[in-house]
Amino acid sequence: MNSPTAIEIFDLTRCFGELTALDHISLRVGSGQIFGLLGPNGSGKSTTIKILTTLLKPSAGTARVADFDIMEHPAQVRARIGYVPQALSADGALTGRENLLLSARLYGVPKDQRNERIQTILQFMQLADAAEKLAKYYSGGMIRRLELAQAMLHRPAVLFLDEPTIGLDPVARFLVWEHLKDLRSTFKMTVLITTHDMEEADVLCDELAFLHQGKIVGQGKPAELKQSLGPAADLNDVFTHFSGSSFVEGGKFSDVRQTRYTAGRHG
Amino acid sequence: MTSDKPVTLPDDMAENTARLAPSYGEQVLAIADVEIRKLLRDPTEVFSRSVQPMLWLLVFGQVFSKLRDIPTGGLSYLAYMAPGILAQSVLFSAIFFGISVIWEKDMGIVHKLLVSPAPRSALVLGKAFSSGARGLVQAVIVYLIAFLLHIELNLSIPHVLGVLLAVILGSAIFSTFSLIIACLVKSRERFMGIGQVLTMPLFFASNAIYPIALMPDWLKLVAWVNPLTYLVDAMRTLMIQGAQSVEGLAVDFSVMTLIFVAFVAIATKLYPDLVR
Repeated sequence: MNSPTAIEIFDLTRCFGELTALDHISLRVGSGQIFGLLGPNGSGKSTTIKILTTLLKPSAGTARVADFDIMEHPAQVRARIGYVPQALSADGALTGRENLLLSARLYGVPKDQRNERIQTILQFMQLADAAEKLAKYYSGGMIRRLELAQAMLHRPAVLFLDEPTIGLDPVARFLVWEHLKDLRSTFKMTVLITTHDMEEADVLCDELAFLHQGKIVGQGKPAELKQSLGPAADLNDVFTHFSGSSFVEGGKFSDVRQTRYTAGRHG
Repeated sequence: MTSDKPVTLPDDMAENTARLAPSYGEQVLAIADVEIRKLLRDPTEVFSRSVQPMLWLLVFGQVFSKLRDIPTGGLSYLAYMAPGILAQSVLFSAIFFGISVIWEKDMGIVHKLLVSPAPRSALVLGKAFSSGARGLVQAVIVYLIAFLLHIELNLSIPHVLGVLLAVILGSAIFSTFSLIIACLVKSRERFMGIGQVLTMPLFFASNAIYPIALMPDWLKLVAWVNPLTYLVDAMRTLMIQGAQSVEGLAVDFSVMTLIFVAFVAIATKLYPDLVR
């Protein structure tokens, strides 16, 4: 533990009726890391993100995010995090700039700084030329970049991304990765992403944790995890190792539907 | 791993967050502003909704004005029903507001709003006021039709402003009611069913097109707890020359304000459930 902590999870449990979606997980994410939460559909990734972003209350346990307890000070947590949900959530009926303006006002970016911040982030995300276009005419990759911009306007300490490149073509996916790495080095924030894309985990993440049936079954740096399985192993092998099977069952119907829906919107 | 271990963030980040001070009013306005922009960009829905009040006034109203049996307190029947039809169009356009909220939930927009530091009540109020803006368009349309039909309108500025205030309050009440239903049913299909079931009873169990005095006792009871009754009474009093308030304007606006506050409190409690 040499770096300060951005996220710390204590014995977190969440039940939905009979189902235990999260089963006593504990985890620490160092400040400035890009941390990947991996696992098959239904393993508890999205539930974890919903709890850490205060959308959902845990059944037991708690967590600290950006210095504040999610149960005791949810409003303080919300002011210090950025969030990009899995669905493409930029409002298509608004222009890119209007989407950003909404975020700026909700997060309380002072009036005299708004335009400057919006312009800076638009340029950073290579969206300045499309700023006055309605977001419904954006490509999937552009919408993702717009959402990242929205989540960054208030300079959060921790950024949560739920399946950030799902459904994107390889070029758009690569661009999002590049922007994420840039963002991290420019703004020195912590990023927690969920993914089941092993290439993404390999390229982007400093550290990984594998979730399976609501439990953390493995954790470490990508290189260490691969090495532990032998010289020729890649992350797919690691994933298979931890999830028990390469043909993973599970995932609620609604998860699959949401994933398809998101992919569909990417065109 | 203990929870009380001091956690440090990069200085610029921590300082920056501390500097941001969102104001409640700004957040409410931000939400309302977004909805109004969308409305102005694509006003087709508002105009298609003006067809119904036109039909009620031009067809139903013209025929029923031949009946002399409805006690309208000395008003022509058309003058009596015009405010009722405005209230109806406010009700009908606000009651389906929840559909768009469910759509926003499916898109992940609600998730994003709920993760922002804006208090839930600011989000609910912003939505309610945006619905008020829609209602104002309905008001302009009904005033126009009423004017063309030579209905005895009271066009003094305080009276017109009073009507517009009632329109905003009424829209806010029914759109927040709709938001509550959306939070409870969570799917568009179920919402459509309930929306259809609610609108007609709310309309008929009110003083919109006939006085409550004509109703059987059990229906009177429903009318008295129906917010639409107070909306119509206020609008009629302010909009039409010579109209007498049944409940009293102070009662009308107090009851509506109380109902609105209660609905906002309930919606604020339920709104986060949408994403669970």
